[in-house]
Amino acid sequence: MNKHYTEGEPIRDTKAPAGPIEERWEKRKFSAKLVNPANKRKMHVIVVGTGLAGGSAAATLGELGYNVTSFCYQDSPRRAHSIAAQGGINAAKNYRGDGDSIYRLFYDTVKGGDFRARESNVYRLAQVSVNIIDQAVAQGVPFAREYGGLLDTRSFGGAQVSRTFYARGQTGQQLLLGAYQALERQIAAGTVKMNTRHEMLDVIVSDGRARGVIVRDMVTGEIERHLADAVVLATGGYGNVFFLSTNAKGCNTTAIWRAHRRGAMFANPCYTQIHPTCIPVSGDYQSKLTLMSESLRNDGRVWVPVKAGDTRPASEIPEEERDYYLERIYPAFGNLVPRDIASRAAKNVCDEGRGVGPGGLGVYLDFADAIRRLGREAVEKKYGNLFEMYERITGEDPYSQPMRIYPAVHYTMGGLWVDYDLQSTIPGLFVVGEANFSDHGANRLGASALMQGLADGYFVLPTTIGDYLANGPYGEVDDGAVAEAEAAVQSKIERLLSVNGTRTADSYHRELGKLMWDYCGMERTEESLRKALERIPELREEFWQNVKVSGTADELNQALERAGRVADFFDLAELMCIDALHRTESCGGHFRAESQDADGEALRDDENFAYVAAWEYGEQGPVLHKEALEYEYVKMSQRSYK
Amino acid sequence: MIERGTSTAQVDPPAGAPAKPVTPPRAAPAKRKGGFLGSSNGRKAVMAVTGAALVLFLVGHMAGNLKAFFGADSFNDYAAFLRTMGEPMLPHRVALTIVEVGLAVAIVLHMWAAITLARRASRARPVKYAAKRKSQAGGYAVHTMRYGGVIILLFVVYHLLDLTFGTVNPAGWDGTPYERLVQGFAPERWWVTAFYAVAVVMVGLHLRHGLWSAFQTLGLASGRSYRPLKAVAATISAVLVLGFLAVPVAVMIGVIK
Amino acid sequence: MNLTLKVWRQKGPQDKGRMVTYRVEDVSPDMSFLEMLDVLNERLILEGDDPIAFDHDCREGICGMCGMVINGVAHGEQVATTTCQLHMRHFEDDAVITIEPWRAAPFPVVKDLVVDRSAFDRIIQAGGFISVPAGSAPDAHSVPVKKVDADAAFDAATCIGCGACVAACPNGSASLFTAAKITHLSLLPQGQPERDSRARAMVEQMDAEGFGGCTNTGECTAVCPKGIPLDTIAQMNRDYLRASK
Ligand SMILES: Cc1cc2nc3c(=O)[nH]c(=O)nc-3n(C[C@H](O)[C@H](O)[C@H](O)COP(=O)(O)OP(=O)(O)OC[C@H]3O[C@@H](n4cnc5c(N)ncnc54)[C@H](O)[C@@H]3O)c2cc1C
Ligand code: HEM
Ligand code: HEM
Ligand code: SF4
Ligand code: F3S
Ligand code: FES
Repeated sequence: MNKHYTEGEPIRDTKAPAGPIEERWEKRKFSAKLVNPANKRKMHVIVVGTGLAGGSAAATLGELGYNVTSFCYQDSPRRAHSIAAQGGINAAKNYRGDGDSIYRLFYDTVKGGDFRARESNVYRLAQVSVNIIDQAVAQGVPFAREYGGLLDTRSFGGAQVSRTFYARGQTGQQLLLGAYQALERQIAAGTVKMNTRHEMLDVIVSDGRARGVIVRDMVTGEIERHLADAVVLATGGYGNVFFLSTNAKGCNTTAIWRAHRRGAMFANPCYTQIHPTCIPVSGDYQSKLTLMSESLRNDGRVWVPVKAGDTRPASEIPEEERDYYLERIYPAFGNLVPRDIASRAAKNVCDEGRGVGPGGLGVYLDFADAIRRLGREAVEKKYGNLFEMYERITGEDPYSQPMRIYPAVHYTMGGLWVDYDLQSTIPGLFVVGEANFSDHGANRLGASALMQGLADGYFVLPTTIGDYLANGPYGEVDDGAVAEAEAAVQSKIERLLSVNGTRTADSYHRELGKLMWDYCGMERTEESLRKALERIPELREEFWQNVKVSGTADELNQALERAGRVADFFDLAELMCIDALHRTESCGGHFRAESQDADGEALRDDENFAYVAAWEYGEQGPVLHKEALEYEYVKMSQRSYK
Repeated sequence: MIERGTSTAQVDPPAGAPAKPVTPPRAAPAKRKGGFLGSSNGRKAVMAVTGAALVLFLVGHMAGNLKAFFGADSFNDYAAFLRTMGEPMLPHRVALTIVEVGLAVAIVLHMWAAITLARRASRARPVKYAAKRKSQAGGYAVHTMRYGGVIILLFVVYHLLDLTFGTVNPAGWDGTPYERLVQGFAPERWWVTAFYAVAVVMVGLHLRHGLWSAFQTLGLASGRSYRPLKAVAATISAVLVLGFLAVPVAVMIGVIK
Repeated sequence: MNLTLKVWRQKGPQDKGRMVTYRVEDVSPDMSFLEMLDVLNERLILEGDDPIAFDHDCREGICGMCGMVINGVAHGEQVATTTCQLHMRHFEDDAVITIEPWRAAPFPVVKDLVVDRSAFDRIIQAGGFISVPAGSAPDAHSVPVKKVDADAAFDAATCIGCGACVAACPNGSASLFTAAKITHLSLLPQGQPERDSRARAMVEQMDAEGFGGCTNTGECTAVCPKGIPLDTIAQMNRDYLRASK
């Protein structure tokens, strides 16, 4: 059997301190060497990305007195994709007295991640979650409040405690603006130098350490080299490998993929989260998918016609010919089953030909009962803005006819491998936020990405990076390494511009995305993955022979930007399929059809797969390094929602 | 190729390195005179305060004008009162002069603020849209403020020459105020009345927006008070327009003679 | 549906720029405005032309990156809608649509429909923040905030920094944007210590960037995709006067 990869040494040390789990982070903080305040100014740190993770990291490093250079591809740091997060942010504040605690948040996250996350990291995340809320409130983040003036919370994503803090449906926006404002304050103070409209295209590795980045000024096309003592990547997730996703159009894998090519291991690339409640695709021209808040499932009922190929409008389908399949299959949780379960169930009924709307790719989310029970006004009050958004996009009125929803790619749990200090396998290269393989294991619970990004940026990284810097200085940067990285970037750009073929980068991206969705999407089989692994290299080859990029390198050239990103998505897509193929179990966001129980539920294989798959880039194909996962505090068990 | 930032102490670009072009090239923000009066908000406040003073004057002026309905004596006495105001504490015509100087200063400051802000605004918007801009806010009064103000100014100049100095008035400098009034708005001089009418309507429009705008500028308005404020502004404007028009129209149709 | 587009094309900041007419056919009414432009751009690329450059990212109305003046109205005539959320079903078949960039001196054109809005960032730098170094914050419940204040602060804080207010204002004023931030922070107890210095610094920075003054025209709030209300400007004026005492 063609294995597509080789196996290397396992990873034995993640640098997490030993001892009782509650004390590990304290211990690490205390053991971390400190940088003399007078020297901080001389230490130069590059932070790529200004989302929750990068924005908070750059601001905090600036406050501490480091000399920071920050980059983002948008025209302002405030526009990072984190701005789009809707639902909320978890924190173990236990303001409700409903039995929440750091331990419970830790427990829920480890379990929710389907036992594929590290206990030490998750515990630290739960500890730090508390400080995030304090920090955000002090910055002026206008979280929802109750009449008593205290913060309101809600329960989210099936959690049994009410620990999600929110700012209407715009929590990500408000948190990001808090971080952005802190960042702008540092820019004004001169500690952070901001470079907007700059795209990072490579990491400079000198003497085995990350010492800078190569970026392209997206307005002038200038290729610039920036050197530093350490580099932080906070460049977000890679869900756009599927072309259609809920991510912003510019989200890309370029930064982390380039780092991977330079030696940073890529962990668990196949773990992607598919969100069940998105507005379905309406046509071939569609450029992205829009998420509808998960909270809709609290009152909406999901159904499809009983008969396949039933094209009657919803109103003409009588009650007995409707299949409320979530309520039928999962009577205990009903419409509120976790994201991965709801998504797969929707796919299954559509595969049976019972889907609704254009192409049969959609299921109904019906509020008729809720309107009858609560009255239109109450429904409007709760979901009015979401209904409006739905109507704006689809032109259909969700008060009079059921919404149509379909699952869409939403978040990537995989990313660059990092140790407890958030350092990748390239010394001096730190990775925070969605860009790292994060603390969510194989499945992320709602409202926990914001928490992780801010925990990394405000609290964890500023401590651990200090330890690395205090152990320096690391000497002069090797000119050859810089020149080589720069030449690599230049030659890739020249190559893209010189092909002059007959198809646009977007059309290749669309085809790649479709392929990934069909073969490495909600459900994967050995067969589908092998097909993908056959097809991806062919398509990539064709791309490099036949792509058409107009314009030149030394101007604002959006066609060129896209082509560069698509080229990296091809390489990443291949690794995702290899990872998905090798992991023959089902877990979290990765469902292998071969591994299911009698009821068709995901079946984990803890004996063989309780590890993080960290992939090293190799000219002869990827090399797998396993980091074994051990559970001392949370007992491993199969998830069940029946 | 540009190199910036190094690993060790040096942070600024090495000497001699090409300076990064500002992207995109844009004029460095013009240095403005700092402080309250230099800021656009400060000047707006000046405009609002002087505007308010002018409004108070207009209210009084209109009330005074209406005395014409009570006959020549009443009106002339009133004109005389204006000059003897404050006596004997103050010498003849001093109080009036103070008011006049105050008015002049208010008008000058008001215009200074209006003109400098208008220039600033046109520098901020040098390029017009090719498609005809459609007003999304509605409200025509808003768009008459600047040229309306100029018409008002021209009117005031003419008006002073007419009724205060009598230069362009048939009754001349020697006539009593009442004579100037009656002869000035005589039916055959209908165009004078027409001009006054246009000007007064302009004043009305100016105040219809200006009045609530002044509250907004001084931070005295809030979401809830917009509707009542706008209603009050419209009412005061309407009363002023009608009040001012009453006298010339009455003269023209012979009610006052 | 078939459309005629008149689009502002400008190669770079130094180029004079001009309107260019394009014909697009078979536009689906379900397309968003940007998707319609995507389709045109694909065609332009294949013809070896430069695609029309426009800013966009989230395509769901929250990042504030997109924005163009459509038929003379910033973000188009659909109220409370960003350009990316505008759908073609609101246009008539065979319509002629004029598309221009934001026009304001402090927003110079970078290319085609892309403008430089960094002036907004500098206004925030001047004082649009609360100074709290990470880790120094007191417990979140130590200061209760009245719900009405929190809600009003939130309403102001929803500004996405798109710049439509500037594009629509006949004076090229950034008052609504600046006021939204000043209002957000000055309604919260946490924002009080820096309230005066913030108002002064932000208003003066707005002038220094070359934006015009506000004459309370109200065009800004009418096109604002987030419906930032006009009373934020009154709040800004109030705070500025207070700070200037
Ligand atoms: C629609 C939606 C709703 C969500 N809702 C929630 C929620 O309710 N709760 C929750 O917890 N999570 C939610 N999430 C997930 C969460 O928003 C993200 O995981 C998180 O915000 C990622 O933050 P980040 O800082 O890691 O990256 P991002 O916010 O994605 O930031 C990436 C940054 O990197 C920069 N960048 C990227 N590539 C380059 C490059 N090559 N060169 C230079 N700069 C680059 C970008 O400019 C940007 O500044 C949601 C996600 C989506 C899509
Ligand atoms: C001399 C000629 C005048 C000119 C050129 C002029 C011009 C202006 C302009 C441009 C404005 C700003 C418009 C706005 O805020 O939208 C304004 C506002 C105002 N004007 Fe005048 N005006 C003149 C005379 C007057 C007079 C005679 C009065 C009073 C009777 C007056 C009262 C006001 C008021 C109350 C405002 C509102 C101030 C504010 O918006 O804060 N103006 N004027
Ligand atoms: C249309 C009706 C009006 C009539 C009948 C009228 C009448 C008069 C008269 C008779 C005088 C001379 C008073 C005197 O010298 O004793 C006068 C002065 C004056 N009027 Fe009017 N007026 C009218 C409208 C206006 C308007 C609309 C304005 C301002 C916008 C205005 C501004 C003035 C000023 C500034 C003076 C000079 C006051 C002074 O010198 O003290 N008037 N007016
Ligand atoms: S105030 Fe409104 S129009 Fe102006 S930048 Fe903010 S969101 Fe855009
Ligand atoms: S349109 Fe302009 S004039 Fe003021 S009210 Fe809005 S900033
Ligand atoms: S693209 Fe983000 S608001 Fe339009």
